[in-house]
Amino acid sequence: MKILVVDDFSTMRRIIKNLLRELGFNNTMEADDGTTALPMLKGGGFDFLITDWNMPNMEGIELLRQVRADPELKELPVLMVTAEAKREQIVEAAQAGVNGYIVKPFTAETLKEKIDKIFERVAG
Amino acid sequence: MDNDETRLTAQLGLAQQLVEHLQNGDEDGARLILQQLRLPYERELFEELGKLTRELHEALQSFRGDSRLVEITQDEIPDAKERLSYVVTMTEQATHRTLNAIDEGLPIAEQVHDNAVRLSERWGRFRRRELSLEEFREFARELDDFFTATGQETERLRSLMSEIMMAQDFQDLTGQIIGRVIRLVQDVEENLVGLIRLSSGRMEGRAGTPPAETAPEQTPAPETETSPARSVGPAVPNTNDDMGDVVSGQDDVDALLSSLGF
Repeated sequence: MKILVVDDFSTMRRIIKNLLRELGFNNTMEADDGTTALPMLKGGGFDFLITDWNMPNMEGIELLRQVRADPELKELPVLMVTAEAKREQIVEAAQAGVNGYIVKPFTAETLKEKIDKIFERVAG
Repeated sequence: MDNDETRLTAQLGLAQQLVEHLQNGDEDGARLILQQLRLPYERELFEELGKLTRELHEALQSFRGDSRLVEITQDEIPDAKERLSYVVTMTEQATHRTLNAIDEGLPIAEQVHDNAVRLSERWGRFRRRELSLEEFREFARELDDFFTATGQETERLRSLMSEIMMAQDFQDLTGQIIGRVIRLVQDVEENLVGLIRLSSGRMEGRAGTPPAETAPEQTPAPETETSPARSVGPAVPNTNDDMGDVVSGQDDVDALLSSLGF
């Protein structure tokens, strides 16, 4: 399972990577915004995308839209982990095809629960 | 030149008449001449005063018309103070959370260490066959306890370290809030520079350079196309962030998503 973690704050990327390691996911890579993430995703090999929303250059919501618009990537499970907490934003992300939405600050349990849920559904 | 000469001749004529009137003791005549002499200078003064008044009026108008500055001073500066106070609170909480975990973890680590040192010393005596049977039985019991306790205590340490790690999420959250305040400071700076350029342009116009009518305002490029829900970072209480529209936590998010069929 290869996971791409996208956040413009390196501290948050480290936290998420550490949590993923605790959950048994050791194959993770990082990108600091949508413009760096997209070519990596298009390079192939990723099974899961965890992305922030508020980032320079290309925001997470745009990255999500680009992923869904790409024939190769459109099935990629995407979990959004963000401080954006407006109802309209959550609805917008849902409409854009997000698989899970976590608001910061979050707990390790929340991350585990959402990842489990996403893969249950993907497997089912 | 011709104009100046005729003006000078006229003034000289008037001055001569003035001297005559004064010599003749004709005060009224002298006053009339004086008024005539003053006239061209007075007109210039009035024109200048009129120009100044108009410019002051325009400057005030354009200052008042710049709603961005009004917006900044009325809403965004107070909001920025609130945001920065919120950052102070968040960093304080994160530091306490970290220090609490350390306060709990350090004695655990020390205890595990002390027990290991004590038992390893006993283990040395056992290897040198210095322990009596009774002492060995006691030692074996203590080892049992040590293994059980160490398993539990290191698990507790692991969870405390995890707690310390999660406390570091403040850097991301406060970073986003501070980033927003930095953008406001830049905005204020640009507006103040614009204001200074506006007033100095008028000053230069006064000194003879071409009248710098409202310097070409550099309207800052819009940050991004206004998508229906632009990202703003964490919502901060007691600011203009519309808290009514903001979810209160993960449970709220889950409820909203499940209402959408998730």
